[in-house]
Amino acid sequence: MQINKPAKAGTMESNDIYIMIMPSPKGGIEINLQSIVMKQFGEEMEKVILDTLKELSVESIIVNAQDKGALNYTIKARIETAVKRAQ
Amino acid sequence: MPGNNPGMLQNAGILGADSIILDLEDAVSLTEKDSARILVREALKNVEYGNVEVVVRVNPFNSEFAKVDIDEIARVKPNALMIPKATEEELIAIDKMLINIESEEGFDAGSIKLIPIVETAYGLENVYSIIKSCDRIVAVLLGGEDLTSDLGIVRTKEGGEILYARNKVAVACRAMKVDSIDTPFTDTNDFEGLEIDTRKAKSLGFTGKAAISPKHIDTIQYVFAPSEAEIKHARRVLEAMEEAESEGKGVFSLDGKMVDAPIINRAKNTVELARLLGLI
Repeated sequence: MQINKPAKAGTMESNDIYIMIMPSPKGGIEINLQSIVMKQFGEEMEKVILDTLKELSVESIIVNAQDKGALNYTIKARIETAVKRAQ
Repeated sequence: MPGNNPGMLQNAGILGADSIILDLEDAVSLTEKDSARILVREALKNVEYGNVEVVVRVNPFNSEFAKVDIDEIARVKPNALMIPKATEEELIAIDKMLINIESEEGFDAGSIKLIPIVETAYGLENVYSIIKSCDRIVAVLLGGEDLTSDLGIVRTKEGGEILYARNKVAVACRAMKVDSIDTPFTDTNDFEGLEIDTRKAKSLGFTGKAAISPKHIDTIQYVFAPSEAEIKHARRVLEAMEEAESEGKGVFSLDGKMVDAPIINRAKNTVELARLLGLI
């Protein structure tokens, strides 16, 4: 999928993740993640984001994410929502 | 539970309810329907709900969201879909969709059940034929708030204005041997009122009641559970029945009163419910 416009999904509520995405002028995938549990789970969260983008065949995107303790299924869902909104 | 709230979705299974309803309809704003659908889909795939029955309330069938709700959610196999303002024609159409989805996904035919919500004057007057329209229907939920809105009347705590509706839904469900779920009590802090309202529903034949707050679950389960005395009496009836049968007697009495088929059936239902609730 191509990212044609900026889009967002999720909220800043506890257990959620706020995702803002936009097209990447340089190409490739750029992830900017902030999380209250960055040290413990940052790497895993980034992997979930990358795996979800791969499933959606997204190769070029900027993802800004503010995590408030989202589980993996929530991260996956919010990324998919944002990507589909960016079509 | 609002379908767009991850915290609520992942904790729903531990609140003590027998069933949870993950909502894509009224609890989700129009701009977030897509988001809630995807989140509920992923929750169903990943969150462990144990023995709790998982029901998803989709959007009304005549809305732009319903078909994609059903298509995405049915494929992750909830126990049931709850259909707002359901008509006979809509339930037949949904049944056809589910037949195809179950076949495509390799699910047992008929494994995804339906729970229509009776919340319009039309739905109420046609509840029997609505239940009859589709074999997947396992229960009916009475939606008191929307029904009174459709009738243009005021909804009260005492519930006199929905007495006819409660009677009709409970009787139709009993006739069709499906569960009847009473409308939720909307004052989250009035436990005395909740118990009175729940006892009213039970006395009219409802087999369960919906809750809009986890604080209501204990009271509702307490009201619907058979008492120790009721269970003891039911067991005595069934023991007396077995004894009579072994002696070749067709009729028998217990405590000086004749025991006939309705009493035996009530005793069987009580014992079965007690077993289901883990009381025996």
